[in-house]
Formats: sequence, C-alpha cells, structure tokens
Amino acid sequence: MGLIQSVKMALRSIQGNKLRAFLTMLGIIIGVSSVIVLISIGQGSSEQVTNQINQLGTNLLTVNVMNSDSVKLTTDDVEKIRDIPGVKEIAPVVSGRVNVKNGTTSAQVSLIGTTSSYQAVRDVQANQGRFLSDIDVAYRQKIVVLGANTAQTLFGLDNPVGKYVQVEGTSFKVVGVLASKGGSLGQSGDDVIIMPLSTAQRLVKNTSIQTVYIQGKNAEQVNFVMAQVERTLARMFPNTEDSYSVFNQQDLMETMSSVTNTMTLMLGGIAGISLLVGGIGIMNIMLVSVSERTKEIGIRKAIGAKRKDILLQFLIESVVLSALGGVIGVGLGFIIGKVLATAMGLSISYSTSVSLISFLFSLFVGVVFGVFPANKAAKLDPIQALRYE
Amino acid sequence: MAAPIIQIENMTKTYTLGGEVVHALRGVSLQIEKGDFLAIIGPSGSGKSTFMNMIGCLDRPDSGSYILDGKEIEKMKDNELATIRNEKIGFVFQNFHLLAKLTALENVELPLLYRGVKVKERKKIAYECLEKVGLKDRAHHLPNQLSGGQQQRVAIARALVGSPPILLADEPTGALDSKTSKEIIQIMKQLNEQGHTIILITHDWEVANEAKRIVRIQDGQLFEERGDFVGTYSIR
Repeated sequence: MGLIQSVKMALRSIQGNKLRAFLTMLGIIIGVSSVIVLISIGQGSSEQVTNQINQLGTNLLTVNVMNSDSVKLTTDDVEKIRDIPGVKEIAPVVSGRVNVKNGTTSAQVSLIGTTSSYQAVRDVQANQGRFLSDIDVAYRQKIVVLGANTAQTLFGLDNPVGKYVQVEGTSFKVVGVLASKGGSLGQSGDDVIIMPLSTAQRLVKNTSIQTVYIQGKNAEQVNFVMAQVERTLARMFPNTEDSYSVFNQQDLMETMSSVTNTMTLMLGGIAGISLLVGGIGIMNIMLVSVSERTKEIGIRKAIGAKRKDILLQFLIESVVLSALGGVIGVGLGFIIGKVLATAMGLSISYSTSVSLISFLFSLFVGVVFGVFPANKAAKLDPIQALRYE
Repeated sequence: MAAPIIQIENMTKTYTLGGEVVHALRGVSLQIEKGDFLAIIGPSGSGKSTFMNMIGCLDRPDSGSYILDGKEIEKMKDNELATIRNEKIGFVFQNFHLLAKLTALENVELPLLYRGVKVKERKKIAYECLEKVGLKDRAHHLPNQLSGGQQQRVAIARALVGSPPILLADEPTGALDSKTSKEIIQIMKQLNEQGHTIILITHDWEVANEAKRIVRIQDGQLFEERGDFVGTYSIR
C-alpha cells in the first residue's frame, strides 16, 4: 500500500474524531510553541546584549569604581589616563538617580554627568537638538540632554528642545534628545538624562568620578592599553585593587552571553519536557484508538492487510497527529512571539533551526510514542479481533 | 480433470478454552472442485467456525494438510496468509463487517488497496462490482445509510472485487429477514453460475438447500450429506 494512501487514510480517521485529535495535538502544540517562544526570547535578548556591546566597539575599556571612599578619582586623575599611549578618547562619568519634573509630570531617571567626548566614546546620537559641548562643561551650564524615554514621559510628542525641566528642584534647559538605544535585562538605556560633568558633580554633591569609559586607538591594542590603565590606577591608588575594576567589552560580552545562553537552554529544556508529555498524550490516545478499532483491524486483516500495513496505518496516524501539532505549534509560537514582542517590548529572534528542530522533535515524538500502540494493533489475531464487540 | 481448488486432508485443531481442551476438528478431509457451490451446515459448537477460519486462512491447523489453489497453506507465515486471504478468498460475514467510516465504494476498494492497485483502476473495478450487486447508485453512501440487505450486497461486492477463486460466506443471511435473505442467496447463485466457487457456512437448512452440495459438520467431524440432490433434510 502506498504511503500517500496511508497518509490519506490517517487524515480521514483524524477527521472523523476532530475534538479528540485536537486535544491530543494540544500537548504537542503547546510543547512546540513554548519551545519556540522561549528560545526566541532567550536568543533575542542575548543577541540584543551582544549587539549593544558590539555597537560600542571592541576597543572600549571601562573603569568602574565600586568603593568611592578609598578611590577618589578626580578630574585630574582622569586626565592622566588620557595620556596613556594607545588611548584615543576618554569620558569620565558621575552618575546617580534623580527626579526630573516638567510641570506636574515627574520621572525617576539615571543621571549621567559627563563630557562632550561621551558622545564619541559611547556612540550616542542626538535625535533632536545637540549633545553636550566642551563649553557647557567649562561653564557649568545648567543644561540637559534627555534620553528617548525620558523625553517621551515628560513631554509626550512635543519637542522638548529649548524647554525647561526641574532636576531635583533646579531648573535645567533641554538642549537635545538622544536617539533610542533600547534596553537589556531590565535596564533601559533610554531612561536617562545627561548633563555636563561639572554641573552633575555639584548636583549630586560628589566630585569623585565613578566610571571612566576609555576608547582605545584600535582593537588590537586593547589588552595592552588595559594593562597600562591598570598599572596607572595601581600607582595612583596603591593596595586598593578591590575597589575598582577595569574590563573590556569582550569580557563583558562573554559573561553576558554565557548568562543568557544558560537561560535559553534552561527555558528550552523546560519546554522540551512539555513536548515529551505531549508525546505521552499521543500514545495514550493511540492505545485507546487501537482498542476501539479492534474490529476494524480484524476486518482489514481478514481481507488481506499484512502486519506491516496495520503497523504503518497506526504509526502514520500518530505521526500525522504529531506533525500537524508541530506545524500548528510552530505557527502559534511565531504568533505568540510577535504578540509578546509588541506587547511587552521584548526583543525576539526567531531561528529557523530551532523551529525545524522542535518540529522534527515533535515528529520523532510521534514515531516513538506511536510505535507501541501500532505494534499492539499489528499483532492482533484476526479471529479474536473479528469476534470483538 | 483439474486438481480440486481446495484439498483438505485429515485436518485437526484443538484449543483450550477456560482450562478445558476442545477438539474443534478431529481429522477433517474435504475436497472442493472449482465452480462448486458448497454449503457447510452444523449447529453451534460443532467446529463450524473453526473450520471456516481454516478454510479462510485466518488460522493454521495443528496437523493435516490444506492445499488451496495449489498452495500449501499449513506451512505459511502470517504475512503469506494475509496475501492468500487477499488474493484467493473473498469473505462475506454474518454482520457484514463493513468499515463504518468508509463509503460503500471505499469499502469495496479495500482489498485492492492492500494489493497495491492504482487509484483509477481500483475505482473502476470497485464500481463494476457494485454494479454487479445492483448498488451502483449507492456507491457514496456510508454503511449506516444502507439497509441490512444493501450492506450485505456491499460486502459481497467487496468479496468479489479481487476476483478471488473462492467466495467464503459465513452465515451471510444470519442477520437478514427472509425476503432479503432470498435476494442474497439469489445473488450467490448467480455468481456461482458465472463460475465463482462458493462456500456457504450456515445452520439454516433452507439456505443450505440452495447449494449444489451440502456437508454437515458435527463434533469436529465432517459428513457428506448430499451431492446433487434436491430435497429437504432435517437435523437428526
């Protein structure tokens, strides 16, 4: 008997019992779609993190001061770092959390106090207006550049450039709005305001710099520059190696991607288990189907169906069920992913290989869990089966 | 004269039922010529069903030989038996045994399906067979949309579709009223006239008397009742 014929026959028998077939497939549908959704979310966020880090360039070094009591990094210290050979540009940052107000609307945002070089080092673009300039820093200008989200929260669709906002009660003029950068792992890069370093130091009442972004001249020299920076810092602040850290983008990227990969793997594993459970559901229904159709099997055997024919019939039926469930699951997974992406602002990355693998796995589940019931059907004695009521 | 189409020698079969050994067949021998119309008659528990399963190649004997159309059946494996059933025997059952979810036409097609015949040819032959039993206009009805007599005629068409040398009917009229029974028997007689070998298993003398030859089975043994005789017999 031909394969196409068998598939047609299986489809007919599934059609004859639509609700049951659907419920059986539901296990596979949920399994496949959750594998796809969870893995695309995991991969999406991992890709986004990698992208963001890559955007900054691989020649970026970051100095983070964790304990500002023992390491007071001043503007002069930072200038010394700039003199290290191989350093192209540096951007010192003073940061904090501040309250920003426009009339009655207010928002809690991260404050970044920095210099004009921040734009080049961190690769940020002003969407409207301009970025900070050297003269703003020198004259302690009370101006701010708003992150994309901050601007939207405070001003809605209006153009904020030229207007004033209250930062911790002091009036600041908005000179620009940054282009949106997106966020990752719960941290938004758009909920910020940026102001001149000198102004920020006064605002947060702290002159010590917490972060310095260092741009190397080229990617090859990054490790050399990193060693130089570490040595300079060690000379400036002896015996305080634990109070600050120097790292490059490569390290950061590796850490981040190992975290997100573990997450992705875990999510995929959990979803995979639900696929397995779906497979057991298929086996269950197929066993019921075999005993329900004992007489049919007897008739088919009496008129000349071989053991192989019966085995194939039931096996194909379970494979068709699981394949159908797999296809629906893949479709549903894509849809749910899209909905989640738009509704919750998650970044989603579909991968063909994951869809294919989860579909093939559902087929495999159909075969594995279909063999036992199909074999049971094929082994039935025709005389007994015919007599069965 | 050509070799008989069925040659059974000294066939025995025993099975255990609830711990009791039942000798269903005790050395049965039977020869059936091509073109014969044979009725096997016997009360229930006589070994009639077992004998039918043997002739129908659904089961294998414990001992003895069975040659069907030149093939030794008793040594065959399950799969070979399935092929024999498909090619050599057309079954007609008491309860019709049609597949409820398939239309009349599809039911008739089934034996050809397992034989691997192509769709077009399959449909053509199936239609021809339905026409033979006068049900061409009911080809796309489901079995539950047909009367008992019509269902049995579909079953006969299914038995004929593979043009097997033997038609094996197990109580074909058992579930039908006397009028439709007569119709079914009439169809069988016609088929016999067209050259089909028919084996009819029944417990009803009236039905059996329509056959050319009657054998009686009792307590696992076979007795020749009548060769070419027209008359009424009663069970002694």
